[in-house]
Amino acid sequence: MYGNDFGQPGTTDPGAGAPPHPLNAAETPDYTDALAEYFDGLIEEDQRVEPRDAMPEAYRTTLIRQMAQHAHSEIIGMQPEANWITRAPSLRRKAILMAKVQDEAGHGLYLYSAAETLGVDRSELLDKLHSGRQKYSSIFNYPTLTWADAGAIGWLVDGAAIMNQVPLCRCSYGPYARAMVRVCKEESFHQRQGFEILWVLARGTEEQKAMAQDAANRWWWPALQMFGPPDTGEHASSGHTAQSMAWGIKRFSNDDLRQKFVDMTVPQAQKLGITLPDPDLAWNEERGHWDFGPIDWDEFWRVLKGDGPCNEQRIRTRVQAHEEGAWVREAAEAYAAKQAARHQPEAVA
Amino acid sequence: MTEQHTTETVGADPGRVADPAFDYLLGLGDDALIYAQRLGEWLTHAPQIEEDMALGNVALDLIGQARALLTHAGEVEGPDPVRDEDDLAMLRHEREFRNVQLVEQPRGDFAHEMARLLWFSTYQRALYSALLTSTDETLAGVAAKAVKEVDYHRDHATQWVLRLGDGTEESHDRMQAALVAVHPYVAELGEDHGAARWAAEHGVGVLPSSLIDAVNASVAGVLEQATLSMPDAPRWHARGGRAGVHSEVMGYLLAEMQHLHRSHPGARW
Repeated sequence: MYGNDFGQPGTTDPGAGAPPHPLNAAETPDYTDALAEYFDGLIEEDQRVEPRDAMPEAYRTTLIRQMAQHAHSEIIGMQPEANWITRAPSLRRKAILMAKVQDEAGHGLYLYSAAETLGVDRSELLDKLHSGRQKYSSIFNYPTLTWADAGAIGWLVDGAAIMNQVPLCRCSYGPYARAMVRVCKEESFHQRQGFEILWVLARGTEEQKAMAQDAANRWWWPALQMFGPPDTGEHASSGHTAQSMAWGIKRFSNDDLRQKFVDMTVPQAQKLGITLPDPDLAWNEERGHWDFGPIDWDEFWRVLKGDGPCNEQRIRTRVQAHEEGAWVREAAEAYAAKQAARHQPEAVA
Repeated sequence: MTEQHTTETVGADPGRVADPAFDYLLGLGDDALIYAQRLGEWLTHAPQIEEDMALGNVALDLIGQARALLTHAGEVEGPDPVRDEDDLAMLRHEREFRNVQLVEQPRGDFAHEMARLLWFSTYQRALYSALLTSTDETLAGVAAKAVKEVDYHRDHATQWVLRLGDGTEESHDRMQAALVAVHPYVAELGEDHGAARWAAEHGVGVLPSSLIDAVNASVAGVLEQATLSMPDAPRWHARGGRAGVHSEVMGYLLAEMQHLHRSHPGARW
């Protein structure tokens, strides 16, 4: 989610996979074999799959689910940051934060549009979000309690998201890959602004320094959880990693991406003068990587399944905005229909 | 560092016009700032994602105008020490704000916002168009950039007023009710005040009374096309914002906007 993909184990979207009724040759294995050969060839040669290409139904549903989750994460992710727009401590920060939240809305729109190339409708995906049938990144179920949280989200959450998303620029599905090229560029600005918020706080008053440290304490572990459950061991999930890697949707395993993120972020924390809340964090000369302590996967699953501080609130806010806006969307449709009728040329006999 | 100014102004008569050049710019900057603050509340609450972006865009333009205008106001006010945009936005008290009451009103439904945005952007377009020839070159420069922005705001509000007015029965009724609710705050946009009279006399600014008829005529044209009617003259109308007399909601708006900045005196952000 947020560029990664895993639902709860054992759940799939309803409606996936159509029952074959061989009424004609295009419903026989000959046809499906021909399609599979074509598709497998594309994947093998690391070519892009485009909307009008034949593709296995499971590939299509996997992509729809992942792109929808990604889009939902952008939209729900606006909430914890928008929480600080009215209280931003300077006009410059207010302007930057507004622009950032607006960018997230734009990312949501690209991604819904990219998903729509696979034959779904944005409203259908939003219904699934609102009714809990599709997920968003669980990181946004945590609250933004101080201004420093706006910095920590940019630095850690956007930082982790980019780590997931850069490989997606090479995703096998063309529209998703192209959307990611633009999204990553903007996310990179977001990550920098988050780092800069914390940089200024860490060089400010004692209260500001404490604010920055507290935010890092609360966001570090949830940020590491953003890469998803481990690939091996007792906490490994029977997620979609192996299949997604075979299809060229996912390029690196969860643990590899998590390690890359830790390796990139620890020196940044040192530069900031922030202590990451992990006593086991240590440079491992032999591995050439930073070792880090155990992640609380029980908390991860608990929050993912709904028992987090903001799960209810995030969906309630989204549903409320959607419901309160229903009459506006209906009016726009009614107006467009009237306009179309007015401009329609008289029927010619 | 700026407590000296604040205390001085708050002292005897918080509504007094100490320096009309400064005061005139504050009125322009505060309108933009306080409306941006209200529009910022829409993000994540808009009827569709496109509208989260559009209202965010309008708010961003207004914040940009506010920053330029308040920075300039601080420079015009003069040294000892110069107050910057954040000193003026975050450290003034309610009675020192010079915005009209229209922009401080709480966020209503989407029809209320479009009614407010249509009137306000039409007013701002007329205002900035007149300020293009201001003898204050900085102000003329701000106006040259802003006039293009508010033209877009006005177009956006116009399109929505048309859709809502000529959409469904419900949207028509809601839009008409919103116009009635917003109307009492419109007259204040066209009221002359001491700083504006000084600005008009010195070629710096323009008399609001010289703009308001054209503003109302332009809005009336949109309403007619949208099958809506201009509300009857209201029984009361808002007044006093330019002298620092606001509605009760203003204190809460400032409490939210200023609390973090004020909680850490002297801190950098």
